[in-house]
Amino acid sequence: MAQLEETGKCTQEVSAWDQVQAARSMTRPVSGDYISTVFDRFLELHGDRLYGDDRAVIAGVAQLGDRYVTVIGEQKGRSAKENKVRNFGMPNPEGYRKALRLMKQAEKFGRPIILFVDTPGAFCGVEAEERGQGEAIARNLFELAGFTVPVLSIIIGEGGSGGALALAMANEVWMLENSVYSILSPEGFAAILWKNGKRAAEAAEVMKMTAVELKKLGVIDKVLAESEELEEVPEQEQAELTGKQKTKNLLPKNQVATAQKERKADTLITADRARMDSLAQRLRAEIEGFLERYEKKSGEEIREERYQKFRRM
Amino acid sequence: MLRDKFKRPAVTEAENTGREEQRAGKENWQEILPQVPDGMFRKCGSCKKILYEKDVRDNWYCCPKCGTGFRIDPLTRIRMTADVHSFQEWDADLCGGNPLDFPEYEEKLEQLRAKTGLADAVLTGTAAIRGIPVAIGAMSADFLMGSMGWAVGERLTRLIERAETEALPVILFCCSGGARMQEGIVSLMQMAKISQALQRYSEHGGLYIPVLTDPTMGGVTASFAMLGDVILAEPGAMIGFAGARVIRQTIGQKLPEGFQSAEFLQKHGFIDRIVKRDQMRGTLSFLLRSSG
Repeated sequence: MAQLEETGKCTQEVSAWDQVQAARSMTRPVSGDYISTVFDRFLELHGDRLYGDDRAVIAGVAQLGDRYVTVIGEQKGRSAKENKVRNFGMPNPEGYRKALRLMKQAEKFGRPIILFVDTPGAFCGVEAEERGQGEAIARNLFELAGFTVPVLSIIIGEGGSGGALALAMANEVWMLENSVYSILSPEGFAAILWKNGKRAAEAAEVMKMTAVELKKLGVIDKVLAESEELEEVPEQEQAELTGKQKTKNLLPKNQVATAQKERKADTLITADRARMDSLAQRLRAEIEGFLERYEKKSGEEIREERYQKFRRM
Repeated sequence: MLRDKFKRPAVTEAENTGREEQRAGKENWQEILPQVPDGMFRKCGSCKKILYEKDVRDNWYCCPKCGTGFRIDPLTRIRMTADVHSFQEWDADLCGGNPLDFPEYEEKLEQLRAKTGLADAVLTGTAAIRGIPVAIGAMSADFLMGSMGWAVGERLTRLIERAETEALPVILFCCSGGARMQEGIVSLMQMAKISQALQRYSEHGGLYIPVLTDPTMGGVTASFAMLGDVILAEPGAMIGFAGARVIRQTIGQKLPEGFQSAEFLQKHGFIDRIVKRDQMRGTLSFLLRSSG
């Protein structure tokens, strides 16, 4: 798989803001797409045993060749309907607690942990505060420090702040080339520091939130090339789905529904297989390489390496 | 009124034994602060009454009328808590850089260092609380709202690591708006760095007591503030993860009464105990003795 660390530049000439848009795109594969195409089998497991089952987090045990791993991902929806179910990939505390429960299970049974990060951020609602959103994230960071199994985190879309970090305190952190990772959204950053949320594009450049910039900063370990072009969703359709975009090139109303149906956007774990196969195969090979490398290390070494990685930050 | 001085709420024995010492200590910690000139006033942000500065200081920097605590600088905080003259600073000169090359950030830091006398937004070191040696830290609301960047992260990590080496409990007065925006992703990483240091420290049996003061928000809440063995908080302190305005915008509704106050967090199970300033020393001392 082409590694951008060798070429040192993006395969596409894009601005940071373009990459933010790409990372947020409704047609971008979500965690479930990777889970279903990279692994041979996946058994989803539910619940945090304390409160409920957060649908923004998909988690379970997967088989990859002869190996078994625990897989956890933040799951965005691929349609407006699914986004309601998945809360746009924004976990509540029970999502982080489900992740923690299954990570501890992985530690108990010696399974490596593979994490897929894709969230605008931890959900900021009243109930989230009432159920201790801060504590849930903090507890994940605390416990991740203690694991002796190898932990791999792959940012596949948006790495939204603490809500992402709770699943990204790993031995290795990879990013897909058009994913982003930041302390805050560029809109929030611009609003707080420049009192003007509309300067988001400028903020995106300043924040060094792209994969290539973060590799340069030493915050992440690997940038993974995405060789396929991202599918352009017609503006009208985007407007129907998110309700926020301005409309240009309006499709007649009777054509919108057809366009949506054709995208098969309403099934829960949907991958555009024609587009996913190659990327999934390459990602699989990379993950297998990671597992092979870490099989040679002891639990203490694995834990210490992870500690030193974050100690250096 | 004189009569009011004799009205006390029911106290536990731990608090009671603390009171004699506190009364003794109260004169002492004030003596080492600079004298307040006559005629200095301030206004309470809560009840809006005009107050003599001296009365405020005599009342542990709380409003004598309504009891609301004023924000206090880290050195005063430590002096108020620890035995007189017991504090020794660690890592005094530790300063951060400008990882994002954020414009005018370095100049801003220099101004704040000159103004506050602090290298960054946290003061750390060692002290004694009723004779028990501790590693202690206190954050500064005056330094970029106590925001956490590399320097705060590194200084707290070193505090915890050294506390582990020297077998000291860690007491940390948290006061922060959250992660420091100007340092971007580096600030985010500090959450991980400090949390993992606490995990290691905890595994070796270390006692860690964060005291959450007003405000404690964002990335600080989502890391070290919520990882204490015992989590204390000041009355009425604002403590939360997301900012209230952002939450209101997200849900489009009014927020519940007392949302994100220390009392609210205790009700929902996330704070061990709310401790008034005049009881803090006694409470900490009791916990230190019982968990040693």
